[in-house]
Amino acid sequence: MLKLSGIYKTFNKSTVDEKVLFSGFDLSINKGEFVAVVGSNGSGKTTILNIISGDIAPDSGKIELNGEDITDKKNFVRAANIARVFQDPAAGTSPSMTIFENLSIADNKGGRFDLRRGLNYKRKDHYRELLSVLGMGLEDRLGTRAGALSGGQRQALALIMATMAKPSLLLLDEHTAALDPKSADIVMNLTDKLIHENSLTAIMVTHNLRYAVEYGTRSIMMHEGSIVLDVSGEKRNSLTIDDYLAKFNRISIECGN
Amino acid sequence: MVGIIAGIIQDGLIYGIMALGVYISLKILDFPDLSVDGSFPLGMAVTTYCILHGIQPYLCLIIAFAAGAAAGAVTGLLHVKLKIKDLLSGIITMTALYSINYTIVGKPNEFLSVDTATVFSVIPKNTPFGLYNYRYIIISFIIAVIVKKLLDWYLKTKSGFLLRAAGDNARLVVTTGKDPGKVKILGLALGNALVALSGALNLQYTRSFNVSAGTGTLVMGLAAVIIGTSVFGKIKHLTLTSGVLLGMIIYKGCISLAMLAGLEAKDTNMIVAVLFVITLVISRAKKKGGEQLC
Ligand SMILES: Nc1ncnc2c1ncn2[C@@H]1O[C@H](COP(=O)(O)OP(=O)(O)OP(=O)(O)O)[C@@H](O)[C@H]1O
Ligand SMILES: [Mg+2]
Repeated sequence: MLKLSGIYKTFNKSTVDEKVLFSGFDLSINKGEFVAVVGSNGSGKTTILNIISGDIAPDSGKIELNGEDITDKKNFVRAANIARVFQDPAAGTSPSMTIFENLSIADNKGGRFDLRRGLNYKRKDHYRELLSVLGMGLEDRLGTRAGALSGGQRQALALIMATMAKPSLLLLDEHTAALDPKSADIVMNLTDKLIHENSLTAIMVTHNLRYAVEYGTRSIMMHEGSIVLDVSGEKRNSLTIDDYLAKFNRISIECGN
Repeated sequence: MVGIIAGIIQDGLIYGIMALGVYISLKILDFPDLSVDGSFPLGMAVTTYCILHGIQPYLCLIIAFAAGAAAGAVTGLLHVKLKIKDLLSGIITMTALYSINYTIVGKPNEFLSVDTATVFSVIPKNTPFGLYNYRYIIISFIIAVIVKKLLDWYLKTKSGFLLRAAGDNARLVVTTGKDPGKVKILGLALGNALVALSGALNLQYTRSFNVSAGTGTLVMGLAAVIIGTSVFGKIKHLTLTSGVLLGMIIYKGCISLAMLAGLEAKDTNMIVAVLFVITLVISRAKKKGGEQLC
């Protein structure tokens, strides 16, 4: 369903800061897969998500989604099929707008933003239901500004907003990294639940190896712009956190760090 | 005394519409839009031209509104499509508008004779209760309230939601599959449309056009927006848009007081600058206090 082929990306070309990140990067993801991506800092995880979402253009290469070539499509056009949750809980919501207003915007994705009333009263009960699942009491606070919520609450809201329109692909970039361990677990559970319930295809970047082991159907490890490990099924199930750590260390030594 | 107060409220209401325009670009879109220094006199110039060509005064307001929208759209296009910085885009439009305004009227100064019909003429001399004497303030009040109500309504529509999200978090607009650049252009068009409308109303009130009348418009609007949102922002059941209108009335009151205290017209820009710094400092101090509370 998602196919990246021959992706090349160099930052700051022909300057002293030149950084060759991807040279011929390939990745194929099937419908329904939940891919956990791990890898050291600077290995290109965020950049590859940005290339998929259209926030960064590759120097060359091809990106296909559902069989369609989307390489030249703008980020907001791709957004019709691709949803995203960022590490920064502030990135997924409009802070000065209320929970109800935020949900109404997200719910109207793909629709017309015209002069009809912005708040969607018809769906209010549905929103309450979605929020009550979180167990954060947000269902009774629809009139609260999103900016007044805690990071975990905002991230949970962002996740609900991102998955509301059932995107064909969900991109998660360390979306639990800014949260305390308990909130992180809650948001991670919610993520898993939403992905299953809506049968979404998802790519989740995480530095939490436990999440990479416990969740998802496929694991990818990246290093300096290439994939150094790609496992799924039986083979993946047999891997432990220690196996991932060992692989990490081996690569680091091989590369001389 | 009553006359002075009426004059302050009158001015505050007319310029308050301008401040609502600045509120859209500055507060909602977070865009310091200097093109308003050109779109305010644009509204005046267009109205001067239209009235002198016998066009109905209320229709003149709508034409000025449209002209302002076009000017705002140009600023937006410069910024979004040509990637020129926000301040600079506004300065470019403002500079171009000086020539355009001059060309529209054909000279730097123009006056409408006292017997020219304006939007205020709908209250004729023989209206009972002496309403005629209050025609300026009544009509300005009605127009300002209509504009405010329409703006309140718009900000609650789906399109208005997108505008608010664009200033708050452009990412969210992208996420909903919309082009944040387009939303920005729309917002700047709307902001400048209100500013030009304010200029049009001001022209019909003062009956005099001056090509340099726009100097300081943004700073004046900014001051009113800051007074409005920081002083009245916390009051329940008072919308921010009402706060902005009241902010402009207070601002005009301060200027009048300064004049009464012996300052001359040539000093007003200095007062504006000083007042602006004071309001900025106050609003910053307030923000800090708020952050410490958290
Ligand atoms: N806009 C940019 N300009 C220059 N270099 C960049 C830019 N974006 C990314 N890079 C470089 O590309 C490399 C990959 O960055 P990226 O953010 O994709 O890493 P990452 O795997 O997400 O790391 P982390 O785990 O720290 O989030 C880094 O070396 C980074 O310095
Ligand atoms: Mg990253």
